[in-house]
Formats: sequence, C-alpha cells, structure tokens
Amino acid sequence: MTVLEQPGTADHRNTPPPDWHPRTDPAPLLPEREPYRVLGTPAAAGLDPALLRRLHAELVRGRRYNRQATALTQQGRLAVYPSSTGQEACQVAAALALRPQDWLFPSYRDTLAVVARGVEPVEALTLLRGDWHSGYDPRTHRVAPLCTPLATQLPHAVGLAHAARLKGDDTVVLALVGDGGTSEGDFHEALNFAAVWQAPVVFLVQNNGFAISVPLEKQTAAPSLAHKAVGYGMPGRLVDGNDAPAVHEVLVEALERARNGGGPTLIEAVTYRIEAHTNADDATRYRDQAEVEQWRAHDPIALLERELRDRALIDDEGIREAEAAAEAMAATLRDRMNTDPVLDPMELFEHVYAEQTTQLREQAAQLRAELDAEAEFHAEEGEGR
Amino acid sequence: MSTATAPSAAPTGRKPATMAQALGRALRDAMAADPAVHVFGEDVGTLGGVFRITDGLAKEFGADRVTDTPLAEAGILGTAVGMAMYGLRPVVEMQFDAFAYPALEQLISHVARMRNRTRGALPLPITIRVPYGGGIGGVEHHSDSSEAYYLHTPGLHVVTPATVADAYGLLRASIASDDPVVFLEPKRLYWSKAEWSADAPQQVPPLGRAAVRRTGRSATLITYGPSLPVCLEAAELAVEEGWDLEVVDLRSLVPFDDETVCASVRRTGRAVVVHESSGFGGAGAEIAARVTERCFHHLEAPVLRVAGFDIPYPPPMLERHHLPGADRVLDAVARLQWEGN
Repeated sequence: MTVLEQPGTADHRNTPPPDWHPRTDPAPLLPEREPYRVLGTPAAAGLDPALLRRLHAELVRGRRYNRQATALTQQGRLAVYPSSTGQEACQVAAALALRPQDWLFPSYRDTLAVVARGVEPVEALTLLRGDWHSGYDPRTHRVAPLCTPLATQLPHAVGLAHAARLKGDDTVVLALVGDGGTSEGDFHEALNFAAVWQAPVVFLVQNNGFAISVPLEKQTAAPSLAHKAVGYGMPGRLVDGNDAPAVHEVLVEALERARNGGGPTLIEAVTYRIEAHTNADDATRYRDQAEVEQWRAHDPIALLERELRDRALIDDEGIREAEAAAEAMAATLRDRMNTDPVLDPMELFEHVYAEQTTQLREQAAQLRAELDAEAEFHAEEGEGR
Repeated sequence: MSTATAPSAAPTGRKPATMAQALGRALRDAMAADPAVHVFGEDVGTLGGVFRITDGLAKEFGADRVTDTPLAEAGILGTAVGMAMYGLRPVVEMQFDAFAYPALEQLISHVARMRNRTRGALPLPITIRVPYGGGIGGVEHHSDSSEAYYLHTPGLHVVTPATVADAYGLLRASIASDDPVVFLEPKRLYWSKAEWSADAPQQVPPLGRAAVRRTGRSATLITYGPSLPVCLEAAELAVEEGWDLEVVDLRSLVPFDDETVCASVRRTGRAVVVHESSGFGGAGAEIAARVTERCFHHLEAPVLRVAGFDIPYPPPMLERHHLPGADRVLDAVARLQWEGN
C-alpha cells in the first residue's frame, strides 16, 4: 500500500486539481521586438510640425545646458555633474509629455528634464552645486527633488500617483530611472505596487548602456528591460531613446492610458551615455571609443534636424535661432553660477523638524557662538593690519 | 497640546482595557477625525493585523483607507512618502521589529530628510508603527529592540508607550505630528490592562515629554516601553531594602526630555538606565552620557545601565536570561555607592 492509497484519503485518481490558471494573458503586455522608431520611417510624415520644432529647440537647448554644466564643474562652480549628453531626447520628451497637473520624479542624471519642465537651471543644479537643499520648491513645478539613492524615488512616484487617484484628481506621474536602477529592490517593489494598485504612473527607464562602468549584460539577463513589465502584469514598451518624437509619442500614450484608469506602463528607452558617468569618472577604462562614435552617429539632435530639413520645416536661420536661444540660457546659467551663493550655516538646524528640539536649539546656539567668535577674530585681524 | 474628545457618546465609566485596544481605538479616532489619515501595511485590512490592532478599521473606513499591501516593507514606506507628498497622512504598520529593516533605506534617506531637503516644502507626516521587543516567546526575528537604529537618525521622532492611556494618547499625538514618527509598540505590553475608557475625554500628551511614574528620593530609574513594568516592580521590591526609587518613563526617545530626566536625577543624585535592547551603543549609552554631562555635580555615583546582553536576541527558551528583570535592576541599584549614606 502506498502513501496515496492509505484509507481515508480522497480518491486522487478521480479528483480534478483545483481550478488554477494564469490571471492574465502575457502576450499583449510584451514590448516591441525592436525599439519603436518614427524618424526615418513613413510614420514621420504624420508628425505635427509644431511639436517637431519645439522638440528641436529644446534638444539644442538641452545639449548646450549639458555642455555648460560640465564646463562649470571644470571651473569648480559645480561639485559634480552627471551629464545627459546623448540622452537629451529622453529628457526633453519626458518633460514635454506631461501636463501642468502631473508630477515628475527625476534621478540625479535628470536635471535636464527638470529644466525642460520649467525649473530655472540654476535651481535645478542646487544639490549638484554642493548646497544642502534641493533648490526649487517641488510643488511649484510638480517636480520631486532630485533623487540620489538609486530607484528609491520610484515608490514615492507610485504613492503620489495612488494618492492622486484616491482623491479623484486628473494627475499622473512620470518616474525616471536608469538601467542600473532596475536591479535595485525598490524598482521591483515600486512596479509591483503600481500594478497591484493600478496607479496612474509611468516608469521611463533610460537604458544608456552603463551603470558607471558596468554594462547592461552584467546588470540583467532579461530579454530587455521592457520585458520586466510582463512579470508585474503591466505593458512594456521599447523605444529608440534618441528618436525624440518616438519617445514623446510612447510617453503620451502611456500617460493618457494611466490618466484614463488603464494603470502603469514600463518604457525602456534605448540610448547612450556619451560622456563619462560624471566629470570625476574616466570612461576609457571600461569602453571602446569606437562604440561611442557609433552612438554619436545616432545623435538625437542630428536625427531630428534631418527630418526637419527634409520636410523644409527648418532652415539655417531657424537653427541659428535655436542655438541663439540656447546660448542665452547658457550665459544666464554661467552668470548666476559665477556668483557665490550665500549660505547661512544656521539654516542647517531650521528644517530638520517642524518644531526645533531643545537639543537642536542648544547645538544651533553652539554653532552661532562659533560663528560669532570667528567673525570677531576676523574683525580684529582686519583692525590689526 | 489639545485634548481630543472621542466622537462617540457620553463617558461610560472605566473598565479594564488592553494596550492593543487603546492603540486600535487611537487609529479609529484619528481616521474619523481626519480623512487624510490612511492605514496600510501587511495584513492590516481583512485580518486586522497579526496583533489585531487594526481590527475593524477596514470594515468601518473601507479598503481605500485601510489597505492590505503587497509584502514589501520598503514599498510600504516608499509609497507612504509619495502619499504624504500629496497631502495624505499615512499610518503604516511594519509587522514585526525585524521585518522593518528592509524599509531602513527609505526611512533614513528619505523619510527623515525630505522636510530638510526641501526647506520645509515637503513635510512627511508619516507614522510608522513597529511592534517591538521580546518576552512573548517569539521565534528568531520576532523580538528585536530596534530603537537605537532609529534614534540615531536626525529628522525622525521615536516614541514608545508603556501604559494603556499613553498608547492612545501618544499614537494620536504621533499621527497629528507633521513630522515622521517611528512609533514603537512594546509587544509584551499589548495585552497589559488598565482601567481606561476610550469614551472618556483623552489627554493627548505632547511628544517629547517624559512622565514620572513613581516618585522617590533615593535614585532614579530611567526607562521606556517594555521595561517600565520591570522598573516599577523593582521599585516596589526596593522598599524592603530601604531604597525609595523614582521611575521616569521617557515616552519618547526623540525628542528627548532632558529637563524631566535631569530634574529627577539632580533630586535623587543617582541614576540607572534600564532597557531590554543590547547595551553597547544603545539608547542607554546616550542617556547615561547626557545625564552625566548635565548632572555631574549632583551625582553620588556613576550612571549605570541595565540592558540586554550584546548578543543576537536569544531563542524563546532562553530569553528570560537576556531580558533585564527586577533583580538585575536592583543589583545595579545596589552598586550605586551607598557607603557612608
């Protein structure tokens, strides 16, 4: 007699298994086989000329912004700058796809998206300048503070989207993350919560090829990052991250789906980090220049400009205008960054709690006394001269 | 601070209530008083929580406000950040002390810093309820005292009740606070009882004020949460030895009530800090240092600590050797240099 034949147990031969089957058909959630592209395809003919010109002007401005910020690190005016050169199409499309009532959750490499959303460049760079706070008021432009710990902003984005939906507001959220960030636990938890709650949030992964020095093949064995969506029960989209109108179109579609109660989407934009991780990094230690050149030839601005010229939507004069506007932005940024910021050390105690604790009051008084003594010393030194 | 009056009918006279009931009532009253209050976490909805603290809330307030989440502590606290950014007042439950650790990055890097990072633009009024401590026969990872991890992080309040009335009052005050509060619930006091009625008007104490639970002249026992009953027991036993012990219940470790603690120690001239978490680098180290710095000239003896050993929390069959009991407290009191007094 076998275990299964013991008296008193059910007749296993005739009892059907409990009804169980996968809850959704994964097929409709699968991303494209190849990155979605518009530029250089017949679909480009249908693109709105006004949108194309706007994207172009912003890309040119964005490239100039990246160049200026990098220059500011060399002049010691910025503590560090993680460049998004080469990724401008993702940055700009992200900002332009949002409506005023929507929220953007950027990572540290996304200051260009923050600027394209309307935040003053000098404000967007406050943290990277070495200041203690995030600069802009997040509520003014509905842009969360730059997030430095990887992927930790994603659950925030989901929570805010969920709260907006609970309140019945017409607000959707766009969260930005890089390819390296998709390995973090918070990426997983955020996507899972978003899908379970059907939160109106869109995740845009800018796959720029590297997490500092580590290439994607050491980061994941997934078919593509967009495929990860399927495991959460949300659609994945794969798009050419250097094709600005394509990124814009995919984002708008996903954001509107979220706005209409369709739930979250994971978008992977395939792009490339043309510069090193930051000004403190040396990219020649881990990648070939030939690879960089290949991506330079697939430049987001050049791709868009070709389309505009082919359709006679822009001429040399139009390009000069875009460049002049970018120069003006860069000049203002340079001027404002060349002024030393006024930092009051006493402010460090002001916003730790709503109401200062007695301990912090004591410590603030200690620092105040040190500052006063320092000032007195310098005053006496000045008199002595 | 304000006196919160329960919305229900006239006071019905006091009968024994448990700390668990008082906590549940505090959540209920907070939710009734403010539609921005949302409760979520693992098993808090249909089940009412593994300790039944949230029992009945889902039924009364619906699944949108009392939500069973996926099993992911960083996700629970991370989404709470976003909800608070949008104007809600989340109260999240971490199922057990040691299961709250996955949320530490969100807590340290974001919850504690968001107000500061945004110069006050984005305060995060989040209450993080954490059942903590041992003495309930829990298997591994179910008995940790994690307060030291939290109190070392600027930007957080760390609160822990030791009485039934405080369980209600401090939880209401924590939820009302515009700052994040780690609210540590002593598991072994969940079923402690006191004459208490939620229907009577409640005093909601301000955060950061210690309470003198027993007055005495010989020495001060400084304690909090699960160790308060141990100290009160020790104080009763000490009478036979001729010691009249004062017992201070801190109620909140952050903000820390230097004033009440130091006033007591200056009066008695001797102090013992008692907690069940490991002594090395624990709350007691900070408290002993603060008291010594501030009361040195009033002290007749070094400030002593009675704490759990510096070992991973032991299994249920051995935990009684680890947890400080009244005898260990009295041993410390005996070492407070009484010679010549």
